[in-house]
Amino acid sequence: MTDPLVADATTSAPAQRAYLAHGRWTPMWFLAPAVLTLFAIGIYPTLFALVTSLRKYNLTRARDGFPFIGLENYQTVLTDSTFWQTLWRTARFFMTVMPVEIVLGIVIALLLHKPGWSFTRSLVRVSLVVPLATTYAVVGLIGRLIFNRDFGVANQFGNWLGFESLDWLGSQVGAFAAIAMMDIWQWTPFCALIFLAGLSMVPNEVEEAARLETSSYFALLRHVQLPYLLPGFTAMLILRSADVLKLFDMVFTMTRGGPGAATDLVSVYIQRVGFRIFDMGVASAQAILLLILTIFISRLFITLFYREIDA
Amino acid sequence: MIYKNVGRVLHLLSLLVFLAFTLFPFYWMVSSSFKDQTDLLASPPVWTFVPSMAHYAEVWQDEKVFAAIRNSLIVASATTFLAIVLGAPAAYSLARFQFKGKKDLWFWFISNRMISPIVLALPIYLLAQSAGMLDTHLVLILIYLSFCLPIVVWICTDQFRSIPPDLEQAARLDNANQWDIFWRIYVPLGVPGIAVSAIFSFIFSWNELLYALVLTRSNVQTAPVIATSYMSGYELPWGKIMATGTLIVLPVTVFALFVSRHMVRGLTMGATK
Repeated sequence: MTDPLVADATTSAPAQRAYLAHGRWTPMWFLAPAVLTLFAIGIYPTLFALVTSLRKYNLTRARDGFPFIGLENYQTVLTDSTFWQTLWRTARFFMTVMPVEIVLGIVIALLLHKPGWSFTRSLVRVSLVVPLATTYAVVGLIGRLIFNRDFGVANQFGNWLGFESLDWLGSQVGAFAAIAMMDIWQWTPFCALIFLAGLSMVPNEVEEAARLETSSYFALLRHVQLPYLLPGFTAMLILRSADVLKLFDMVFTMTRGGPGAATDLVSVYIQRVGFRIFDMGVASAQAILLLILTIFISRLFITLFYREIDA
Repeated sequence: MIYKNVGRVLHLLSLLVFLAFTLFPFYWMVSSSFKDQTDLLASPPVWTFVPSMAHYAEVWQDEKVFAAIRNSLIVASATTFLAIVLGAPAAYSLARFQFKGKKDLWFWFISNRMISPIVLALPIYLLAQSAGMLDTHLVLILIYLSFCLPIVVWICTDQFRSIPPDLEQAARLDNANQWDIFWRIYVPLGVPGIAVSAIFSFIFSWNELLYALVLTRSNVQTAPVIATSYMSGYELPWGKIMATGTLIVLPVTVFALFVSRHMVRGLTMGATK
């Protein structure tokens, strides 16, 4: 056992980043089970979807068989204005909820990081888990009750503040705002927790030294705390953009995409094409395009911000 | 001095505002489940009322609700267990070894988490149908691994990387084999990350609706499917819906609260350096 390891062990004071020497196949033994599983349940169905997207595959007309029709399904999707509208609506939804969730998340994390009121702080920290754990479908149901026109509590709050009662779920803007608010309620705590984890990584000495140097709160935030918030920030953008692209449960139970098409997000639409109209060919083409878009977006975020797994 | 006290009071007030914000919809669901029909439909809504157990009695009669909760429990526990068993070793490998194509492999793991369920739901439905696996626990468990495994790999990789490599080197000098090192050093020290990824796996699979809606019929309907099943018709049975909602949300919330102290330590997302 006179390998480089021994030398390494004696000279490695700042060895946090050091990778360890290992047998050629060792990493594979640890990786194989996960890789094989994910391959079977992830890649295989994706390939199946790819093949399906090249066929005429309407389940209500199974008797005609499922002939290959080339890229016709993709042509259908790309010229389908409803598909583009749902994509654009999804993007708008993301741009509505994400800034609010980030700002509120940072504010909550800073409030929780600040010393004092330790009991209330731990109460808030624990309570953050509640929205996260609430079943998304149930969130939609709660939203339906809260935003009900006649006996909803949202209108009661509005009345107290001097606003007229609204038919939230019956109007285009109202329904969009309502699903956005429920999303903000559910996911702000997640952002807060990630930012809080980032803040807690700032070494105490560094933070205290900085407090002696400057009395400006924002200088501290900008130069000392912000660098520690960045990895979480990226992770959150990736996760949340993917989540919004697949947002289905809450919208399905709250508005079913209505009224009209006001809350018809892309996943809700594809689900309808696949399992209400049963046109699996077109739905698969939509799904494949959505997959490409998702991978593109997460690649973009990772290369822009996340420099984690570099060798 | 006064300035400082004002700051302290503001701090407390804002904390309380956020406490109300995070708990209100949950509180509203629970309190609505105890309102009788008249109180539920009161306009404007009432805040004080005589609690009624009627809706819970109604749910109690409904065997479907408990069957659904049991199904969810089976599926979520099995998924979480498998995701940890398969994912933690992979995370160790990604955190500590250097090999070709690692970056791509890591990205591939993570991108599985990004995939919209609708992408896989269509082919899985067709495949499960032809294999006769529709409406079984197994098909749900397998498909839920597709988003739980990436979460475990992601969170645990970050967590394992923050464990000092010196420990492993010391163990190697004692001739410990790789598996022992993983099991005796990384698993115990990585508990926060493992716990957090377990919570998320459990929450995600407990709450999942789209796959469950598509892949199950009467046998293994999960809790979220049952919750949405009351929504047909114009007059909704709000009390029953909220009582069922409370019963569905309660177990997973309790579970999450129980392990929440690990939450912050396990969610650093690589901010270790």
